[in-house]
Amino acid sequence: MEPLHGDDKPHLPPPSLWPVGFAIGVACVLVGLIVRPLLIVPIGVAIIIVFGFLWARDATRGFRGAVSEVEPERRPSRRRRRAAAPPAHWGEAGMPEPEPGELERFPRSRFLEGATLGLGGVIGGLVTVPVLGPAIAEAFLHQHRGDLDLGPIANFPLGKFVITTFFTDPAEGAVSRRTAYIRNNGDSTGGPSFTIISNRCAHLGCPVQPNGPVFDSQKKSTTTKSAGEVTLTPTLPAGFGCPCHGGQYDKEGNRTAGPPVRGLDRYDYLIRDGHLVLLKAYSVGHVDGTGANAKIQRYPLTNPGDHVHGIESWLYPLQPPH
Amino acid sequence: MLFYPIDWLEERSGLVGGIRYFLFRKVPADTNWMQTLGSATLTAFIVQAVTGVILAMFYKPDPRTAYQSIQHITNDVTLGWLVRGMHRWGASVFIILMFLHMGRVFLFGAYKYPRELNWIVGVLLLAMGLGEGFTGYLLPWDQTAYWATVVGININGTAPFLGPFLAQFLRGGAEIGPDTIARFYSIHMLLLPGAIAGLIGLHLYLVVRLGVTSPPWSKEAAGAERAEPEPPSDARRGLLQPGARGGIPR
Repeated sequence: MEPLHGDDKPHLPPPSLWPVGFAIGVACVLVGLIVRPLLIVPIGVAIIIVFGFLWARDATRGFRGAVSEVEPERRPSRRRRRAAAPPAHWGEAGMPEPEPGELERFPRSRFLEGATLGLGGVIGGLVTVPVLGPAIAEAFLHQHRGDLDLGPIANFPLGKFVITTFFTDPAEGAVSRRTAYIRNNGDSTGGPSFTIISNRCAHLGCPVQPNGPVFDSQKKSTTTKSAGEVTLTPTLPAGFGCPCHGGQYDKEGNRTAGPPVRGLDRYDYLIRDGHLVLLKAYSVGHVDGTGANAKIQRYPLTNPGDHVHGIESWLYPLQPPH
Repeated sequence: MLFYPIDWLEERSGLVGGIRYFLFRKVPADTNWMQTLGSATLTAFIVQAVTGVILAMFYKPDPRTAYQSIQHITNDVTLGWLVRGMHRWGASVFIILMFLHMGRVFLFGAYKYPRELNWIVGVLLLAMGLGEGFTGYLLPWDQTAYWATVVGININGTAPFLGPFLAQFLRGGAEIGPDTIARFYSIHMLLLPGAIAGLIGLHLYLVVRLGVTSPPWSKEAAGAERAEPEPPSDARRGLLQPGARGGIPR
């Protein structure tokens, strides 16, 4: 298709970088007015003056007189006193011939190639490696949480299970709410004994429910600094059951039916100033006996669905830090 | 005069010619309707991307505000219920179409030489599409979303050896927390759509370059003959073979 306006060529100066520098100077002044006027605005003005001058000089080149030819000054060369260099085709090659099969490249270009790739690799690494910190490492570091104060021991009736909800991080709100089934077993050798069972099903993590009546009207609530609002609701379970896939547990958390691969997890605890304080959770293989006399096969806290004992436990040798 | 803008664009970019080449390229005469499933999947993805962009203007990815922002979209925003519904149902449509498309390609033998790479790209796209569904499911932050994600991540955790680490990586910590929803949002909105868009580009390029196959009942055989047996080491193979159609095998 024919050009609309004929073939006239525009009278534009050849491309140059001076306008870019000028624009940078203007931007510098505008930003400096906001950020730190006394320091940055003079810098921007200086950039504007320098690049503006260079731009104007370039743009007006056609209108000024031609530069007069001046013969460059030459210093008498000292080299004339020494022997002249031999012509290039005399003597041996300055560089070895390439071996058969080797690429015929000058070493300098190969060096530049390697340097470019290497520098590109370094820059790529500089961008990628810091990203791995938040993306991957953060999920595995800083996982420890503090102890959770669940209130006075007196709130936990003797021999009965209580559905206890608490916050592992009250500042985060409801997303950190957790539930445990806590039974006060009374005193035994070594102080008050509690059975504290996590409600996280050992199959795939659904919330396990008590198989029995729940007395909502008798719900009590306290607030502590470390655990936020702690609610205690009495219940009379014959065992625990998971609504998701039908896993069943007995009152000590042992698996009795369904797909779970082990018993329910438990919490370590201690009594501090008459308050029940929750420590870290741990996983359980099997519990023999009941209440204060329970013998618990302890394992480090394990992902739901992972075996802790038996031959399948060889598939899960390591657990990430909890 | 009517085509002046198109010619203007073509002179300065060559794009119009490229689009014409894509739209009017030769395909076998007996191409079947089932071979439109790929384009249908692409359309479903575009619907998801566009509705997703609109939803992202109103959605707030924080545990405290996520659910309310979804309620706001559904109840208050003009036609918000429609955009949200398109996105939610479009996700299922996208997955179903992907499986149908995959089944069609398999049953037509359209994965054979020289289209093996395209099949692999398609499998990657399937995995990423499923990943989009998984990460997007958590975002409404209601009970269904939360517990389905708990279970889904823990299923990942049952893989041998590295399973628990994969689960912790997905969760962003030992338990689902505020980091999890932000992480899933970033993966759902940025990482996976970018990767899917790039791979779709490669997938389409390979389709255009390699050509469309005939259905299995066609008189013309699909795929291409392999290069002659025992070619010399510097023979050019596959796409590199110069052929009657400029190097594009049938």
